[in-house]
Amino acid sequence: MLEIKCPYCGKRSQNEFSYGGDASLKRPQLEKEISDKDWDDFVYFRSNPRGKHSELWHHVAGCRQWFKVLRNTATHEIFKTAKINEEL
Amino acid sequence: MDQNFRIDKAGYINRNKKISFKFNGKKYFGYEGDTLASALLANGIHLVGRSFKYHRPRGFIGAGVDEPNAQVQLYKGAKTEPNAVATLVELVEGLEATSQNCWPSVSFDFGAINNLLNKFFPAGFYYKTFMWPKNFWYKIYEPIIRRAAGLGVAPLKPDPDRYEHIFEHCDLLVAGSGPSGLASALAAAKNGARVILAEDKSRFGGSLLTDEVTIGNKKGKDWADDTITQLKSMPNVIVKNRSQVFGYYDHNMLVMNERTKDHIKDPHKFTPRQKLWYIRAKEVIISTGSIERPLVFGNNDRPGIMLASAAKEYMKVYGVLVGKKPIIFTNNDSAYDTAIEFKKNGIDPLVIDVRANSESSAIKEAKNLNINIKFSHGVINTKGYLRVSSATIGKLNSNKSSYESLENVSCDCICVSGNWTPTVHLSSQSGNKLKFDEKTDAFIPSQSRQNETTVGSANGIFSLKQSLDEGFNKGYELSNKITGKNSKSTTPTSNEKKYGSHEKFWCMPLPKNKNYKRFVDFQNDVAVSDVELAVREGFRSIEHVKRYTTLGMATDQGKTSNLNGLQLVSNIEDKIVPEVGHTTFRPPYTPVTIGAIVGREVGKYYRPTRKSPMHLWHEKNNAVFVDAGLWLRPRYYKQGKETLFEASKREATNVRNNVGICDVTSLGKIDIKGPDTAEFLNRVYTNAWMKLPVGKARYGVMLREDGIVFDDGTTTRISENHFHMTTTTAQAVNVLAHLEYYLQVVWPELDVNVLSTTEQWAGVALAGPNSRNLLSKLFPEIDVSNESLPFMGYKEGSLFGVPARIFRISFSGELAYEINVESGYGIFMWEKIIELGKEMNLEPYGTEALSTLRIEMGHVAGSEIDGRVISSDLSLEGMLSKKKDFIGKRSLNREAFLNPNREKIVGVVPLDKKTMIPEGSYLVKDSNATLPNPKLGHISASCWSVEYNNPFSLAILKDGKKKIGEKLFALSPLKNKNIEVEIVSSHYVDPKGERVRS
Repeated sequence: MLEIKCPYCGKRSQNEFSYGGDASLKRPQLEKEISDKDWDDFVYFRSNPRGKHSELWHHVAGCRQWFKVLRNTATHEIFKTAKINEEL
Repeated sequence: MDQNFRIDKAGYINRNKKISFKFNGKKYFGYEGDTLASALLANGIHLVGRSFKYHRPRGFIGAGVDEPNAQVQLYKGAKTEPNAVATLVELVEGLEATSQNCWPSVSFDFGAINNLLNKFFPAGFYYKTFMWPKNFWYKIYEPIIRRAAGLGVAPLKPDPDRYEHIFEHCDLLVAGSGPSGLASALAAAKNGARVILAEDKSRFGGSLLTDEVTIGNKKGKDWADDTITQLKSMPNVIVKNRSQVFGYYDHNMLVMNERTKDHIKDPHKFTPRQKLWYIRAKEVIISTGSIERPLVFGNNDRPGIMLASAAKEYMKVYGVLVGKKPIIFTNNDSAYDTAIEFKKNGIDPLVIDVRANSESSAIKEAKNLNINIKFSHGVINTKGYLRVSSATIGKLNSNKSSYESLENVSCDCICVSGNWTPTVHLSSQSGNKLKFDEKTDAFIPSQSRQNETTVGSANGIFSLKQSLDEGFNKGYELSNKITGKNSKSTTPTSNEKKYGSHEKFWCMPLPKNKNYKRFVDFQNDVAVSDVELAVREGFRSIEHVKRYTTLGMATDQGKTSNLNGLQLVSNIEDKIVPEVGHTTFRPPYTPVTIGAIVGREVGKYYRPTRKSPMHLWHEKNNAVFVDAGLWLRPRYYKQGKETLFEASKREATNVRNNVGICDVTSLGKIDIKGPDTAEFLNRVYTNAWMKLPVGKARYGVMLREDGIVFDDGTTTRISENHFHMTTTTAQAVNVLAHLEYYLQVVWPELDVNVLSTTEQWAGVALAGPNSRNLLSKLFPEIDVSNESLPFMGYKEGSLFGVPARIFRISFSGELAYEINVESGYGIFMWEKIIELGKEMNLEPYGTEALSTLRIEMGHVAGSEIDGRVISSDLSLEGMLSKKKDFIGKRSLNREAFLNPNREKIVGVVPLDKKTMIPEGSYLVKDSNATLPNPKLGHISASCWSVEYNNPFSLAILKDGKKKIGEKLFALSPLKNKNIEVEIVSSHYVDPKGERVRS
């Protein structure tokens, strides 16, 4: 079980969190024209890297804040966690 | 005779406490401090079970976790435990054990016919034989094989014991209390680290319990005892015996199973049977020691043939002789200690050593004791059905490929030693890349991935002095890293024997024209011939050889067999072992009972139960409850001998004719505040929200980004910047996370706050033509007329002094209201309504009637919003705003979503107006078509329409709107139903929606 440092609450066990996918994903702006391909990329396509991955986690059984985690997908090493408005 | 293999005085057992136990129905005696294995051996019993495949008689191989054979069934009834390893079961008064995998008895087992037929059961036999005909596998082959093979019998009753989980943090976890583990723990603890020391056996000390060594001028065992006493007295140390660290997981979390009850004669009824410790350690020292490897020779599996180290342990720890005519068969020096121990107890052993010579101090000692040693010899084969009775030995030729001068030697036990295998399981589980160590001919840890360090013989170090040095050094280094303190302990002096090196030779060749079975994996009955066959058939990867032969796949995980198997494959393939590699070590290191893993999360503690504040009233009024997620909701209120069907019909009819009350507390409720709330709702819902006036509610549908309908509900504008959102019971948790995601991650510029208030409000629905009349009685000071409180209106009022929110919303399709009060007043509200509603024929209704009412009206719910439909499938396309963007809107342009023939929601009525259509039935054109019959749609929800007094269902049907009036068939192969149906509008009752607005 991973130990994740919530930027608000500190180190907690993984079972307090839920995973939220790629943190680098940007939702296209509302009301803006977008091609089918770009939209499909946003909705469906994710890279699946082996190694460093910036991702979102949600402290559901805690402060209920979403935050960013830089994790090695192969080893589970967590390099850094940050608030949403901070750089990883 | 009683315990006639017990030696006087030797061992650490308590001879003042005699214990009686039963094995296979017969009564025996042992002593306190015995294991089941040592007590049986004290009574001369080696035969404990039958092997997995060939049902060959089997005895003890080891004295600890490595034991592959001696698995027994403990006790009877609910307490019964299968596959208990006899070497780990501590003797306790009244213990009952029986042999497994044999019928009618362990000494006469019918299944042993498999042994005579062994030529027909080579590796891969099942794969090759039971392939055809295909459907024979489930019905015939598998049940027969399952009955013939298999181990113990699982209990059929619930486990009467309780199990606890403990969460702990420490600076240093030390796994194993041998010399290096004790040294590490002591050094670290003295330097201020918070230490946990775990030992899987009941006694601390590891090899110090059996080795003739001294540390600091004390006997090894005494030094161990003193060290434990010292550690136990320190407040920063937790010392645990009977505690197996079985798994090493991510971020230095280890899991340890502590056995707390089974060894106690009269445990307190609240004593947990086992405790599972989840330990997050800053650093881990793995001092798990090593396990002796057997040698492989003809019929090497007979009862009485065991590891030399186990024979020594039985003598030194338990005071038990495993035989009185022993042969010691070895390729190294350590087995000589066993020979010497026999000799000291007045037994003459014969040592067979495959090496040409050796000159170590251990051998000199053996020679001085006049022990008979035959160098350059090997054991070729053994005889004796239920117990080994003789061995065929021979002189090995110079290249060890054949023998000369064969002779038979009678014996009652053979103690084998093929050198030592470091226990690297935990280290490998942690991600450590192992390396092959030529000196020990085994894998040892090399590159750590987590904060772990292996010391002692688990690290391939077999000298006591070096182990102690390493333990003290590492314990200091790691504790210094954590505590920053510099209090260093000095390593005590030590004395030990000097051992020479082993011969790299494990598998005895077969004499010409002989094909004796030579077992590698005892528990899974894998012999040399099976491994040879696998390689001959082209299996190259060791992982494939493992799976094809099942070598190392039994519950002992090949602790005694893996390296012999590897050695064998590398010999056949003429490779070196590191090229062959090793199979993956996976947790748990030893089997863990499911109860320990589950802990207290059993029965009603399996998950939380959510109850509304009115729950007790429901209980008192004969409610029958149904699970709705974690909630318990009344399904119906039973009157007399009513069935579910009758009760729900009565309740729904009363809503249509009079008025009903329903507990809707479980609906998700989210309080939303902030100046940008209307804008936020406008993005979250598909319809428009900017112009919703204060005091009005609106129905909304949410989509996911992929365009699929996510949830629906009503949201009410309480004041300019304050909204009250409701969600379905099922999606309440997900909707909140969804809103939080968009507010925190996607649109942080919006000034909006969301908070779940589901449990802060108690909610009831009042539905039916009399509901307005009743409402006016509840709130006499409020104007509840249609003009003042119209459909989708909202008012706040005082319910006999209790602040209440009144929403005019309807799920039933009737004139209806929902009232919310603070949950503490829920029961007051409910009872007041029941009291005042009596004269209007008010009756409570449950979820079944609620479903009936909404199905008749064609209102969608979770069974339609099933994660596969878009708005237009549910005829909700009118709610898709064309003027603004919202979550998921862009996806609705996808080709498949624009297809005019998409599925649509429709109503379905059986032609006979009698037969209920099972939910989940398929709709097809031709009920007799050849399979696969094209599926046109499915029944999502069914009810008995109280309005028309016939069955009615909702369905999602391809091109549904155009099929209204057509006749189709509803097929339910599961319920064996074939019903001719007519497609009608989904709005079966009040299609214009006049009642809700009346």
